Amino acid sequence: MERYTPLSLTQLKAGEKAAFINLVGGRGIAGRLTSLGFTPGVEITMTQNSGTGPLIVMLRGARVALGRREAQKIMVQREQS
Amino acid sequence: MNLDTLHGSKKLDNSATEAKTSRIALVGQPNTGKSTLFNLLTGLNQHVGNWPGKTVEQKQGFFTLGDRKINLIDLPGTYSLTANSPEEIITREFILREEPDVVVAVVSAATLERSLYLVAELIALPTPLVIALNMVDVAEHEGLRVEADVLQAAIGVPVVPITATRAKGISDLLKVVMQTLEGKIISAARLPEIRADHRQALKEVISIISGSVPSPYPTDWAALKLLEGDAEITNMMQSCLPDGKWEAVHDVLREHDDAMLAVASGRYEWVVRMVRAAVARPRPGQISLTERLDRWATHPISGPIILAGVLGIVFWLTFTVGAPLQSWLEEQVVVRLADLTSSAQGSFPAWISSLLVEGVIGGVGSVLTFLPILAIFFAAFGFLEDVGYMARAAFVMDNLMHLMGLHGRSFLPLFLGFGCNVPSVLGTRVIDSRQARFLTILIAPFMPCTARMAVVAFLAPAFFGSYATLVALGLVALSLLVLMLSGIFLNLVIFKGQRSAFIMEMPLYTLPNWRTIGMLVWQRGLSFVQKAGSTILVLSIIVWALSRLPDGNLETSYLAGFGKLVEPIGQYMGLDWRLMVALLASFVAKENAIATLGVVFGNASEATLAQTLATTFSPASGLAFLTASMLFIPCAATVAVIRQETGSWRWTFLNLGLMLFVALVVSSVVYSIANLLVI
Repeated sequence: MERYTPLSLTQLKAGEKAAFINLVGGRGIAGRLTSLGFTPGVEITMTQNSGTGPLIVMLRGARVALGRREAQKIMVQREQS
Repeated sequence: MNLDTLHGSKKLDNSATEAKTSRIALVGQPNTGKSTLFNLLTGLNQHVGNWPGKTVEQKQGFFTLGDRKINLIDLPGTYSLTANSPEEIITREFILREEPDVVVAVVSAATLERSLYLVAELIALPTPLVIALNMVDVAEHEGLRVEADVLQAAIGVPVVPITATRAKGISDLLKVVMQTLEGKIISAARLPEIRADHRQALKEVISIISGSVPSPYPTDWAALKLLEGDAEITNMMQSCLPDGKWEAVHDVLREHDDAMLAVASGRYEWVVRMVRAAVARPRPGQISLTERLDRWATHPISGPIILAGVLGIVFWLTFTVGAPLQSWLEEQVVVRLADLTSSAQGSFPAWISSLLVEGVIGGVGSVLTFLPILAIFFAAFGFLEDVGYMARAAFVMDNLMHLMGLHGRSFLPLFLGFGCNVPSVLGTRVIDSRQARFLTILIAPFMPCTARMAVVAFLAPAFFGSYATLVALGLVALSLLVLMLSGIFLNLVIFKGQRSAFIMEMPLYTLPNWRTIGMLVWQRGLSFVQKAGSTILVLSIIVWALSRLPDGNLETSYLAGFGKLVEPIGQYMGLDWRLMVALLASFVAKENAIATLGVVFGNASEATLAQTLATTFSPASGLAFLTASMLFIPCAATVAVIRQETGSWRWTFLNLGLMLFVALVVSSVVYSIANLLVI
């Protein structure tokens, strides 16, 4: 079986999809993120990531903007296209 | 049933009604069209206030349904019922403690999966639930068809499809609400379950706490909230569980520290089952309108350009529509009222006429003349929020705002301050975190508003000739610099460098709903007149009294006496008592500084006044005076809304103290530097 290394959400390019794994060091924002649908295994599509500043992802049929610092705490696993 | 007949009979007759009053709570996530539905049902028959002890807006209204009077309570928009924010606590406490007769959950068909998450929480509470499936039209545009009857069968709770923006499906919704009120609908709700690997832990917690959970909280619900790590419920249970039992609960929780995800995952598994059953995608894979617009609106280069264009239009509207309307009101209403009062002078003593003309009418006038500008700003603000652009503006400006520990949401309210600080402070309601909101309110009055710029425009040419524009631009830049530095400083000192997280839903772009925007303008305008209006009136009368007493002469008044008293401080800024008095008088309204100088310099006409001042004072003093007017304590109207929005005089005085201090220090520095450069 192939093994994937977890990466931070900020490393995804626009158009790429990934599965949410967990939050690293984001206790303060965990509650808000889970209610927006960030639960293990959920598919996240990066829609906007310009390399600096905030980014936009699509999950569970809705768009969510995240500050770069928040996005850095979100660990994901890239899906094969 | 027709909506018009509903509105037609909305009399609020408390004494004579024998009709039963039923309470219905409206709940939903942000951007689901909840307010549109609320406005549609209650019309103008609504009351806006704050939840007791909170700065969260509380809206309720009345309408009649059959023989019943309905009290509709609009609960704050929340994504979940876990204690992440005051909104979430207010919502669940209201449902559990106040026990409304029915809860209507507004769900957006366009973001069904996410918006059903709140339903997964509501369904576990004891109150009867009706789901209003809104935005069916928007969903179809996005290529989604939601089958309401399938959803209803799957969840086991009535689901009524509506399009609130076009008042469609409302009578069906009310019919189902009525049947639920009459107990004719017995729901057989299917409840979400915690993820399988945590079922045992949940059972353990339930068995430990059962019998010890205070009313009105259901035991199963409290157990789930404990596993979710909900701070409020954890504290409550810790204090009311008998000895030994809390330790037992704590052991289970420690063993399952990922329980929060298990609870949320369980709810989302439930949601996904419902969505899979009820959603058809007749046109998959199409690129939605929102996606196409966002390519431009959130792009790192075109995004800021579009934002600049949008803001340009807002200000163009303010100056072409608002400013003439403002001066028309000033001439037609305020001046005429003053003339009328003066002409009736013979009938009462001169001081009363002066009080009425300068104190009362002056105060009422400034409230009145604020209204056109406020209405335009609120309309523009409401429009941008309603069509979904507000979130994009916040996204684009997020980087810049980070410097001050704020995030993108603070940008638009701050920017409005260029026009007027009052809507700027009121506009901070769009900021979701309390800390970011209060910080924005504290620094917003540093934005150079049009009234302050008018003072600059009047004096700068006389003092600096062809350099006037440069000086004006320099003063704006200085104000913005002071604003940013104050933001950074306050964030470090008061908020300990915390940064509120930027996590924001980007709603779909939708067509504007004029009713929603109109209601926003009406409510904000009304609350400004009612609350801020009275404060402005009182402050304006106080300043009038100080400038008249004891003998009716400004030069010998208490205000002048105070100006002379603080003249030693003024020396550091190169200001004599006359300029200090002008600065103090600008508290009523910024442009008052000029009028006051006119009086002090023997009623010189406006044309000669600027020249007189330029020959009396050195350019360094002139520059220091302009600097001080830019940064000096905000006008009475702004102070009134700061008090209204923070709900506290402490925050208001913090702002006043900060601005007073900054104005004195910065203009002293400016005066010294200017003197050095000139010599």
